[in-house]
Amino acid sequence: MEFITNHPVLVAAVVKIAVLLFIVMTALAYLTWFERKVVARIQSRWGPYYVGAHGLLQPLADGIKFLFKEDVTPPAADLVVYLLAPFLALSLALTAIALIPFGPPSAQFPNGQYMFIVSNVDIGLLALFAITSIGVYGVALAGWSSNSKYALLGGLRSSAQMISYEVSMTLSVVGVLLLAGTLNFNGIIGGQAGHGFLHWNVIRTGHGAFPQIIGFLCYIVAAIAETNRIPFDLPEAETELVAGFHAEYSSFKFAMFFMAEYANMITVSCLATILFFGGWLSPLPASWVWQNYLPGVGLILLGIYCAWDTITEMRGIAQLQFAVVTLGLLGGGALCLIPPVASIIQGPFWFTTKVILFLFFYVWLRGTLPRFRYDQLMSFGWKLLLPVSLANLVVTAFVLIFHLLGKQG
Amino acid sequence: MTLPFLLFFAFALIAVLGAVLLILAREPIHSALSLILVMVALAVLYLLLGAEFVAAVQIIVYAGAVMVLFVFVIMLLNAGVEERTNWSKIAAWAGTPLAFFLLLEIGHFMAHSKAGEMIGTGTGAGVGASGAAFSTTELSKLLFTSYLFPFEATSILILIAILGAMILAKKEE
Repeated sequence: MEFITNHPVLVAAVVKIAVLLFIVMTALAYLTWFERKVVARIQSRWGPYYVGAHGLLQPLADGIKFLFKEDVTPPAADLVVYLLAPFLALSLALTAIALIPFGPPSAQFPNGQYMFIVSNVDIGLLALFAITSIGVYGVALAGWSSNSKYALLGGLRSSAQMISYEVSMTLSVVGVLLLAGTLNFNGIIGGQAGHGFLHWNVIRTGHGAFPQIIGFLCYIVAAIAETNRIPFDLPEAETELVAGFHAEYSSFKFAMFFMAEYANMITVSCLATILFFGGWLSPLPASWVWQNYLPGVGLILLGIYCAWDTITEMRGIAQLQFAVVTLGLLGGGALCLIPPVASIIQGPFWFTTKVILFLFFYVWLRGTLPRFRYDQLMSFGWKLLLPVSLANLVVTAFVLIFHLLGKQG
Repeated sequence: MTLPFLLFFAFALIAVLGAVLLILAREPIHSALSLILVMVALAVLYLLLGAEFVAAVQIIVYAGAVMVLFVFVIMLLNAGVEERTNWSKIAAWAGTPLAFFLLLEIGHFMAHSKAGEMIGTGTGAGVGASGAAFSTTELSKLLFTSYLFPFEATSILILIAILGAMILAKKEE
């Protein structure tokens, strides 16, 4: 007990890590469900349907299946590196999420610790880039250590692609840094406060700010390439390379790569939200007090829709399962309508809403676009994306400096 | 023994172990991985000295960019296991006394320095020492006033290297 009161930082950190890990793991599992459902919708199919109501228990079934599959290790593999690669990929992907602020610093635990971020460091953005820049080793080493030509080609492609697009990704973000003047995520978000969504970096004007819409477009393209997703999924192109860098991985080691990819998607979506779309800020002006009740009302509306679905569409065990979901949504909605809860939940609500929109965008692209050819990928990255993000940086700097000079003279 | 001290010794040990592994490993990728380990451990040591910015840049530039290229080239060329030669005569005759001398020097320095007291206090020479708020303005001011000459000189050096690489690559066509 004494230890707990003496080490508020340590205790708060452990609690936050445990809760965040649980939430992120659940989110990863349901992101696969979300992706399959949305792609199925785009392709006029049902998607997962039979395991649980609307296939809601499918991620659980998949997880159990991954655990019980035979774990095959290629005899010619370099064993240490082969085992290291999936751990590296997943642990780095999860570590990056520790730097993300999900809510405003005003939300605090009773012992004065910031509630919605695990590690509020001054160099937040740099630290995040440091972690993601090592992330490429997971893929590259997996490709090399499997001792298989498909895996090696996938690993090579992935390294080359990540090196090429990391340059544009970093440059596209520097414009935001010029406007914010800090690397701390809360500082960057705080600079976008006021006037609702009109003051977000992506469309912000006035006071020497150049709208970062071009920077955002460069960032999102580079980010999709960094996470090896369609249309940049050449490292695992199944029509050319079987499964690319993870062709030789089975069972839970494969699942770790899978989870790492989805965790990376969440991280870059969070970063896009923070840098360009105001992070945990509400899109509505702060003077509209009724917006505090939006999360609760939204959940209750969703609950009512689910209740209608339960009664009219569901039969048997699925009806029971969906009734539980409905009650959860209605209860959660009612909880969010209590004023103190409503004000705390504001930040995380807007943050997750924006992140979910970005994740939907990811899935939407997957359902829409074909894959790039390799030379197209390289020439697009170096000949278009890099010059455009550089030009964006230069223009942003000029607008800012003329504003500052105008103020002085 | 406070926590920063324990961390310092742990990561110093990791750095040394990584460096030893780098030399002993026969597979080029294993050597490269050991080098990455050394660099990450060094970044943690910078962090313990309060030099957050240097630590992050160390990881981004060395572990994240330079070493990725190393690993990429090793993979691309599919470099085989290293061949061992007999120890060179010069290394044996000149190296042993030099190594001894170096150890002596380090021992002497460590016995007389107060560097140990700096660990974890955040009074290291880095920009953005913990405690003081870190801002990009502060960093840019340092780069473009106090350290202008080294900064520009390094930039020109890197530019020359890039141009050189381009010319070398062009020759092939």
